[in-house]
Amino acid sequence: MLTADTNAGKIGLMIAAILLFAAVVGIILFIATLFRGRLADRFTAYIYLAPTLIMLAVGLVYPGVRTIYQSFFNAAGDAFIGLGNYETIFTDSEQLTVLRNTVIWVVLTPFVATAIGMLYAILVDKTKFESFAKALVFLPMAISFVGASIIWSFVYAYRPDQANVKQIGLLNQVVVWLGGTPQQWLLTDWLNTFLLIVVLIWIQAGFAMTVLSAAIKAIPEDIIEAARLDGVGPWGMFRFVTLPAIRPAVVVVLTTIAIGTLKVFDIVRTMTGGQFNTSVIANEFYSQSFRSDNQGLGAALAVLLFILVIPIVVYNIRQLKQSEAL
Amino acid sequence: MFGLAKSRRLRGALAGTVGVGLVLGAAACSSSSDSSDDDTASAASIDCAPYKTFGDLKGKTVSVYTGIVTPEDKAYKDSYKPFEDCTGVTIKYEGDKSFETQILVRAKAGNPPDLAIVPQPGLLKQLVATGKAVAAPAEVSANVDKFWGADWKAYGTVDGKFYAAPSGASVKSLVWYSPSEFKDAGYTVPTTLDELKTLTDKMVADKKKPWCAGIASGEATGWPLTDWMEDFMLRLSGPETYDKWVNHDIPFNGPDSTAALDAVGAYLKNPAYVNGGLGDVKSIATTTFQEAGLPILDGTCSLHRMASFYAANFPAGTKVAEDGDVFAFYLPGKDATSKPVLGGGEFNLAFADRPEVKAFQTYLSTDTWANIKAQASQGWISANKGLDTSKVSNPIDKLSADLLQNPSTTFRFDGSDQMPAAVGSNAIFKQMTNWITGQDTKTTVDNVEKAWPAK
Repeated sequence: MLTADTNAGKIGLMIAAILLFAAVVGIILFIATLFRGRLADRFTAYIYLAPTLIMLAVGLVYPGVRTIYQSFFNAAGDAFIGLGNYETIFTDSEQLTVLRNTVIWVVLTPFVATAIGMLYAILVDKTKFESFAKALVFLPMAISFVGASIIWSFVYAYRPDQANVKQIGLLNQVVVWLGGTPQQWLLTDWLNTFLLIVVLIWIQAGFAMTVLSAAIKAIPEDIIEAARLDGVGPWGMFRFVTLPAIRPAVVVVLTTIAIGTLKVFDIVRTMTGGQFNTSVIANEFYSQSFRSDNQGLGAALAVLLFILVIPIVVYNIRQLKQSEAL
Repeated sequence: MFGLAKSRRLRGALAGTVGVGLVLGAAACSSSSDSSDDDTASAASIDCAPYKTFGDLKGKTVSVYTGIVTPEDKAYKDSYKPFEDCTGVTIKYEGDKSFETQILVRAKAGNPPDLAIVPQPGLLKQLVATGKAVAAPAEVSANVDKFWGADWKAYGTVDGKFYAAPSGASVKSLVWYSPSEFKDAGYTVPTTLDELKTLTDKMVADKKKPWCAGIASGEATGWPLTDWMEDFMLRLSGPETYDKWVNHDIPFNGPDSTAALDAVGAYLKNPAYVNGGLGDVKSIATTTFQEAGLPILDGTCSLHRMASFYAANFPAGTKVAEDGDVFAFYLPGKDATSKPVLGGGEFNLAFADRPEVKAFQTYLSTDTWANIKAQASQGWISANKGLDTSKVSNPIDKLSADLLQNPSTTFRFDGSDQMPAAVGSNAIFKQMTNWITGQDTKTTVDNVEKAWPAK
């Protein structure tokens, strides 16, 4: 039997895995060719679908159902407590803070990131330095959430206001230059959540800008010309021409960022660990499940997250279908 | 037409195959180290006589899973060498920073290692509760009776059944200071809590911010404060009350507990006492525990309460000794006669009872291993009474080992490490962090009490 103990073993294992995968695909393809006649197309389709369906069932449906089931049980998972965990989420003061923060994140991040992205896309559109300017905003997209969080931790870093002690954080250094005293930014409730949101906006604005810029470029030239001839000003142009034309793209960007925001975990965990009232559902779910060993509450939080994501996903898919129909 | 479509599909499928293969290949490359590929030149010089009792284990393998990673893992692997060379067994050592969560996942999933080095009695209980752990063999039990105190054996016992022998130990009741500063300013090492207070006030009178502290530690932010609280609980209320408090026989928001936290507050929430070189009281929350003691070297802080392992945090070249740049003194008891010591340690929990696993467990519970391990490492000691403290070279390790082996010492294990996970590794950390950033003592102890899981 192959094991991953040595390098040769690892390569052997890899080749075996590739061969196995190829064999499975080969068998499926072979079976698909066996069907002839009127129903052949349908059979072929089902056979191609089968691996995906099986994997979805094993990897998504089963864990999903199991998580929902677990959310009705206590911390150890051995006593049924009905909606007890959900009651905790909506009554416990700490959990309410988590919900409050999640709402702030989801309301703020998509709109601000999209607005910044859109404004930027319109401003740099057809200018000489367009590609360079776009690259600048797009760069943060290439940085992982954890990496971005570490960068911003340094921006917010605090050193005391003492002789011989130099600030190492950009924000506090600016405050000191302006004659203020350095602040411990990540400690202050409410403000710290906004400061964490800035990090996600910094990452996502580039995504919004790229998609929206492409949409703006796709607006037919004749519409713009017609509007110009009618004497529409810059604001009118944006309000009555650009925005309606790129509306499907805006919706996709907004919903995509909203879904990503609901799942935000890395930023909170890296920068504050959920301390100082900055925790969000995804982070709380992890710490309840794995740190507190409270399987029930962790599962309930996961289910809540799932329920919150559903409407956005449904809306997103409908919009996608509509824009495809156009 | 159909043929063309088919071949295109095939090509697509093949591309997918290669892609998946690459991903699998990359996953297979993740590390898993094997200590047997180290050099075996030293084999000849080892006296194999003490290992005869373990018999011939050639071709057998024992897997060890632990949270101890580079650079500390090297001493572990080295200390296994004589056992491997003399019995022929292979020890597979796997270090993982997320050991504490992953070991539970692995145990529950039925994929546990042969042996896990568990750093907390609380986690040990959780692991035993999965039903996958096996009780320690009689030889290990006998060795623990011989080399450790009954209190240590009790930490490895769950529901009257002895599971895990102690491995390493650390002393937490230490205060780091600068010997040269003490000499120049004429300070003396305090021997009672009152003297500690007097010393602190004297430093304030000398226009110093005496104490520095930091509790930031990622998701475990807050833990150094639990150590502070436990140290004061142990000193003000005594070991018996401490045990009741840890086992929740008395509530967390009772008078003893409140008094202990207030006593910590008298130091750490006093703006005149903290936070030397680091800021105001609140800066304790955002300073990492690794950085918190470093101002001692700059002369901006005089006292830092932290465990023996903190020695490793000072920059290379710092002399950690009684006549060096930094050293530590024992955080004194209420009076000079009582010597309560708060500490921590690891335990070897087995999930298999194959002969080679039993033999390895037994080896780890001997004085032979404790001495080999202590000599192989920097900053490692054990409460094993067979450990020859005269052979411990590092001054701070020697201080700790002497404290652990002193007959007048009352040792108590870190309390939060024994509490249920919902409290010991979540609620108490969060509440302590809130406490240092302004929450009052009563709300803090009440919230921790509220988080205690129903039995």
